[in-house]
Amino acid sequence: MAYSGSSTPRYGDNSGGTLRLLVYVALAIALMVSDHRGGVLTRIRQGATIAVEPVWWLASLPARFIAFSESAFSNQTRLHHENVDLQQQLLLARARVQRLQSLAQENENLRELLGGTRGYRLAVQLAGVLDIDLDPVQQRIVLDVGSSQGVHVNQVVIDAGGVLGQVIAVTPTRATALLITDPDAAVPVQAARSGLRLIVYGTGRSDQLTVPNIPQSGDIKVGDELITSGIGGRFPAGFPVGRVTALSPDASHAFVAASVTPAARLDRSGSVLLVWDLPDDGTPTGPPAPGDLPTRRAAAALALRASASRAHAATPVAPAPAQSQLQQPRQPQQPAGSHR
Amino acid sequence: MNRANAGFFWLPLSVLLAVLLGLLPLPDAVAPLRPYFLGLVLVYWLLETPDRVGMGAAFVIGLIGDLTFGTLIGEHALRLTILAFIVQRFRARLRFFPLWQQSLAVFALLMNDRVIAAIVRMVLGEGAPRWTYWLSPLLALPLWPWLVVLFDTLRMRARERRP
Repeated sequence: MAYSGSSTPRYGDNSGGTLRLLVYVALAIALMVSDHRGGVLTRIRQGATIAVEPVWWLASLPARFIAFSESAFSNQTRLHHENVDLQQQLLLARARVQRLQSLAQENENLRELLGGTRGYRLAVQLAGVLDIDLDPVQQRIVLDVGSSQGVHVNQVVIDAGGVLGQVIAVTPTRATALLITDPDAAVPVQAARSGLRLIVYGTGRSDQLTVPNIPQSGDIKVGDELITSGIGGRFPAGFPVGRVTALSPDASHAFVAASVTPAARLDRSGSVLLVWDLPDDGTPTGPPAPGDLPTRRAAAALALRASASRAHAATPVAPAPAQSQLQQPRQPQQPAGSHR
Repeated sequence: MNRANAGFFWLPLSVLLAVLLGLLPLPDAVAPLRPYFLGLVLVYWLLETPDRVGMGAAFVIGLIGDLTFGTLIGEHALRLTILAFIVQRFRARLRFFPLWQQSLAVFALLMNDRVIAAIVRMVLGEGAPRWTYWLSPLLALPLWPWLVVLFDTLRMRARERRP
């Protein structure tokens, strides 16, 4: 009864409401389109993100507190075991790095002989992942370093397993990275075994990547390791990306689609490494602009790496960069013998 | 005057809480179940203080959501404005529903919101969401009565304490 009484005067409100709704919807769509295209609004958004950082910090507090109390109240024997374990790992990693350094030196010499192709020296920086969930459909993480620490857009993020993603936005104290599992992400890779070059796309699921269009004739098998190819100049070459878990014909039966398990641990926690390209011996070469790296040159570099890794096929390679300065290229874990 | 002050205080606080709850890290298994707290809080205020919280407020809260959750600017704003429009249109009826019926209505509202979000995502070329994507409104169903009772009590207390 109360409703029927009030419905008549409300009618006028509602038609006005519809108009307002349309205005707001149009405004929202205009904002989305302009943000999607990336222009002024994207820059405004980066500025406004600074205002949001305290909220992110607040939201990450509970997780940080849990982590702290875990370490504060864990018992002595467990810590002792962990310590022994870590020391052993460190010893192994050091031994591997020793061998890797001689390898890298040799690689450098070979590159000099070839001339023209410059080797990359890579530096990495440790960064913590802020423990918050952003939008669940988009696969992103927030890092607790920002432009005041020298982080810049397009920097590659790795962890002990392999490539994790790429920085897409920075504020003075925070950086947002797009994970390789995001539907928007694509990484140029090559199969470590056959040298077949492919592009890996994210699926939106944190445990799966996909390669939708492999030619039928492509030399790829289940279990193949995929490493970054360096083509395109965005991701430095040689980092593991994932392993092929299944192959199936695509809808048109003209291509093969592969599903790939990412090599990095993508559960959005702990620490990650940010990769810097360093110019060789002070030569003024910045990171290559996207599309700047000629394909032939990259192919030559690949061939070189393949031969270098064949020469040391028996050398086990540390999966993680264990020191802050390591030399590029890292060796693929599978010897890429057949590619020349 | 009293009411005005109380409302002024509670609205931003509840929005902040909703944002924090939305950001809180959850294990991957439970994460899809996280209800859309921002939407829930907005529905409450739309029902309780319709003269103060309308589509404009929904739009602004949406923009805040977009900034914190890192979505495209306008996405949450669009979703919340549409949510606000539907709530306003049916407010007279929703207001007098018993709580369990209100929960069902809120469930339907949030489901509709998920559909809109999915359409936005598909237009952006991110593909159809997984099935777990549709689970989130389910948890809002049992949560709604508690939220209403909690907020009502808090506001009542605040009003009583004032001289």
